[in-house]
Amino acid sequence: MSEFDQLYREVILDHYRNPRGHGVLEHPDAVAEGQNPLCGDEISITLAFDGDTISDVRFEGRGCAISQAATSMLTELVVGRDAAEVARLPKEELLEEIGIPLTPVRLKCALLGLGVLKVALNKGKGTPLPEEWSSSDDLSFR
Amino acid sequence: MAVTAIAKLDAERLRADFPYLEELQNGVPVAFLDSAASSQKPRQVLDAMTDFYSHSYANVHRGVYRLAERATDAYEGARVKVAEFVNAPSEREVIFTRQATEALNLVAYAWGLDNLGPGDLVVVSELEHHSNFVPWQYIAGRTGAEFRTIPIDEAGELQLEVLAGIAAEGQVKVVATGLVSNTLGTVNPVEKLTAWAHEQGAIMVVDAAQAAPHRPIDVQALGCDFLAISAHKMCGPSGVGALWGRRELLEQMSPFNLGGHMIRTVTAVETTWGQLPYKFEAGTGPIAEAVGFGAAIDYLSSIGLDAIERHEHELTEYALTRLAELDWIETYGPPVARRAGIVSFNVDGIHPHDVCQILDWEGVAIRGGHHCTQPLMHRLGVIATNRASFYLYTVPEEIDRLVAGLEKVKKSLG
Repeated sequence: MSEFDQLYREVILDHYRNPRGHGVLEHPDAVAEGQNPLCGDEISITLAFDGDTISDVRFEGRGCAISQAATSMLTELVVGRDAAEVARLPKEELLEEIGIPLTPVRLKCALLGLGVLKVALNKGKGTPLPEEWSSSDDLSFR
Repeated sequence: MAVTAIAKLDAERLRADFPYLEELQNGVPVAFLDSAASSQKPRQVLDAMTDFYSHSYANVHRGVYRLAERATDAYEGARVKVAEFVNAPSEREVIFTRQATEALNLVAYAWGLDNLGPGDLVVVSELEHHSNFVPWQYIAGRTGAEFRTIPIDEAGELQLEVLAGIAAEGQVKVVATGLVSNTLGTVNPVEKLTAWAHEQGAIMVVDAAQAAPHRPIDVQALGCDFLAISAHKMCGPSGVGALWGRRELLEQMSPFNLGGHMIRTVTAVETTWGQLPYKFEAGTGPIAEAVGFGAAIDYLSSIGLDAIERHEHELTEYALTRLAELDWIETYGPPVARRAGIVSFNVDGIHPHDVCQILDWEGVAIRGGHHCTQPLMHRLGVIATNRASFYLYTVPEEIDRLVAGLEKVKKSLG
């Protein structure tokens, strides 16, 4: 398999070109956004809850194929799941879904959306912010 | 009519001086088009540093043994080379720093904290690298001075017509701009800005990090008050740069870093400062790095800065022509006549990170990102650009490889 096909495998390109969960919820229960100042990737996420369950999630953003595709995959991964459980979602679960070898620089692209989602959960449900996001020097969230 | 002939530079021959350019990746050398971030190093510099570390290395200035004397001579000899390189009136006006960023911080802190206050204006350009933007914004905030930017036009050139309006808003005390923009390659009209700054009674601070590797620098002709350069962008090692400052200003300024070597006398009651340039050089300096810096200056001077500038001008013209053939590429920046060897561009609909990743697989190294110029990215309405930059060892075939790589990017992700 060529280097291109390894990184930009078909499912990544599909999510990049046709992102799932793209858009903004009109009446969100929680909102967060984040940036990766290294490359200028931006992601904003709106969330809706049904009780403690994530009933809907939408994202908008500008950035590289990896950051946008990863966030698109993330939305499919978390809808219908318990907010507290997703707040503890190990990054490995998303990385497994992405399923491609990532260099340290691209890893930050891939995990930006997950960070923003966890910040939104923190705002909406008071779930704890994992250490890796609150102390990250490279990514910024609000 | 006097005609000064500028010797033509033989990039193919010069490439043999650079060990990295001989290395192969998938059977071909990498087309290294990221010299604006940092340049590759020639054997002449590497050998000078190895030789110095092997035979002449000791701490400088106070040792009485012969080795320390040799080390001191080499270190101070490098200072003389830097002074000559920027045409400084005296080498005592040359302060070794870690890089241009530290040199600019030195001025912002040591001059700014004592000379700025409410009602004063600090003026920088919208094009500025963060290194000549953030320190001034910060020191203005610390002192109560106001911070203003000179906007650029659509071509990425400074709009000097706003200067009169800025001057009406307060007392302009500092004007700080780069000589060459690291993102767009714009060559700024520093002489004009200097004249305006001095009319206002302001100091003129020039970031020449992106200019010094590529064109002759003459602080007396520019007329500025401070000028900062970094060795690592000009074939020298990382970890050393220099600040040139006008002697009367440096004499008046308080020190920046404090510690060993920068003092005259120290008692529990009072400490007095050493003479220039040592007042600004606390602690053991970048000794071998300075020696490498001197060797880099010798190397560039032997080629000729005029020849380097001309070579890069031809490459830039070629690159802009080739990129203009691709209607899905948007380039940024001024016409080639007022541009150094830097081309920033975007590929329609494809983020620079993806562009650079695919180009890497094609053996083409360029940079994608905001290039430490976020205010400029904001002005251009983009989050990032791709940037190809050229140097004395760049050859046109590398630009062809860039274009071929971009075709592949477009085919794969477009």
